Amino acid sequence: MLFLKLLFRNTFRHRLRTGLTILGIAIAILAFGMLRTMIGAWYAGVEASSAGRLVTRNAISLIFPLPLNYKDKIRQVSGVSIVSYGNWFGGIYIDEKNFFANFAIEPKSYLELYPEFMLSRAEADAFLRDRKGFIAGRKLVEKYGWKIGTTVTLKGTIYPGNWDFVLRGIYRGKDKTTDETQFMFHWDYLNETVKKTVPRRADQVGFYVIGVTHPDLASEVAISIDRLFKNSLAETLTETEKAFVLTFIAMTEAILTVIQAVSLFVIFIILAVVANTMVMTTRERIGEYAVLKTLGFGGWHLAAIIFGESMVITMIGCILGIALTFPAAKIFSESLSTYFPIFYVEPNTLLLDLTAATAVGLIAAIIPTHRAVMIRIADGLRRLV
Amino acid sequence: MEDTTPVVEITNVSKSYHRDHYVLQVLNDITFRIVSGEFLALMGPSGSGKSTLLNLIAGIDKPDSGAIQVAGVDIASLSETELAGWRATHVGFIFQFYNLIPVLTALENVELPLNLMGLSGKERREHAEMALKVVNLFDRKDHYPGQLSGGEQQRVAIARAVVTDPTILVADEPTGDLDRNSAEDVLNLMEYLNKEFGKTIIMVTHDPRAARRARVIRHLEKGVLSDVISQTPL
Repeated sequence: MLFLKLLFRNTFRHRLRTGLTILGIAIAILAFGMLRTMIGAWYAGVEASSAGRLVTRNAISLIFPLPLNYKDKIRQVSGVSIVSYGNWFGGIYIDEKNFFANFAIEPKSYLELYPEFMLSRAEADAFLRDRKGFIAGRKLVEKYGWKIGTTVTLKGTIYPGNWDFVLRGIYRGKDKTTDETQFMFHWDYLNETVKKTVPRRADQVGFYVIGVTHPDLASEVAISIDRLFKNSLAETLTETEKAFVLTFIAMTEAILTVIQAVSLFVIFIILAVVANTMVMTTRERIGEYAVLKTLGFGGWHLAAIIFGESMVITMIGCILGIALTFPAAKIFSESLSTYFPIFYVEPNTLLLDLTAATAVGLIAAIIPTHRAVMIRIADGLRRLV
Repeated sequence: MEDTTPVVEITNVSKSYHRDHYVLQVLNDITFRIVSGEFLALMGPSGSGKSTLLNLIAGIDKPDSGAIQVAGVDIASLSETELAGWRATHVGFIFQFYNLIPVLTALENVELPLNLMGLSGKERREHAEMALKVVNLFDRKDHYPGQLSGGEQQRVAIARAVVTDPTILVADEPTGDLDRNSAEDVLNLMEYLNKEFGKTIIMVTHDPRAARRARVIRHLEKGVLSDVISQTPL
């Protein structure tokens, strides 16, 4: 008990220094947590992807379309349960700052393939009935203050002109990994308009989404589909939804690597801050440690005092940093929901925070403890004079 | 009847320090005994080796050669860990600058060495309170060292030194940082501990007034110990 008293009183002996160190650790843990959350947000699409869905696109590039008549051929492939399709629309709402993902989709099959987009029966029916209708995620609707029945105009970039849509349904994500910022409307509405304005671009789809009867068949089905269109004018590349999402992440791999490097760098900063505090503390108290040794306290006692102090400082900073991470992530998520539609602090991030803080607390105490334990009592006592 | 049981036996002890490229011989083939209940003052000029000899007797340093037996234990042969345990039970230290832990109260400072004795919390507290009563500072038990005068701090340090009932008390210039009145109080206390409780005390001092309180005075110069300069019968 007295030992613990000594440990805690020593910790707060220099309140300003301890306070600043704790603040430094808290900020570093906050930064580390936010960076790890950002990396998690990058991979959110991968987590949300289903093992039972395949994506088929043009083998040359995603920007090249596929004929609509592939749909019936794909449906014939053994192991395929459902086929849907869509196009990236790339429309702009008011101005380019208001970016959000917007797709033209075949609504019935698409909603069937994505049960994680939860929509009331009435709203789903209203959407299916209205060719100019659209559905949007809860977060997107809240951001722009839309209501059911609101007409929203998107300025086409790939498909020129102003396109009016009426909000017919607001979907909610099944869980927090579901993107609630998407905008989806009828593919038929797009195709019919394109037929009139640019007929050569009609009946072309950007991608097919395929449901398989069992996830174990995914690989086999993908090979069968691609074999089907081999040597055709538009060869296909079929992959799991996860692999498809990962191809987008691969494009930004350099940024991710930098973020990961910075997050590790933050840990080194914490280590330097705590190690500096512990070295200063031990140097100041080396005489007291010599007194304790004189009284009969051994190396383990000194190690417990120094490691304990280092851990107390680091853990307080860590807990404060974790406590700050949640409101910070909420603010970040709200203000940058367009770029990071899924942004939440994962339990894994907290575990990493705690692991990093524990490692820092322990490593920072090694050299000071070694000095305190190894110093000759007579030399240590001389420092008190 | 005088008790002549030797509590400390030093035989042919030498000690040197290595400073850069030269060797400084501090103690040179010293042999002497300290009997139980003795109050010994070691005097000598600075650098004569008084504190080194005290450190060797107290087991916080080791000789280059020779043997040191304290209460029948050859402490020069003990490992660092064994020595730490031995110090906890056999030696009470009184330093020139008191060396109390500033974040602990007077009572907690006195209780500190008892943590190594395997006593319960209640027993530790009772022992520490008793020690503070002996040095007449029980009413200041909840004060931190910074709230006590130099003399009071040294009395707390004495309480800390005696609380484990050690075999020997070693004091390195115990009055060196005190004014005359406080020094008198501390010396009175040490004399009281020696006379009333039969504590064996080995005190290093520059101060002839302090040395006169001891029953035996020895002089150390250039690493060589003189014969007994003065001796008061027990």
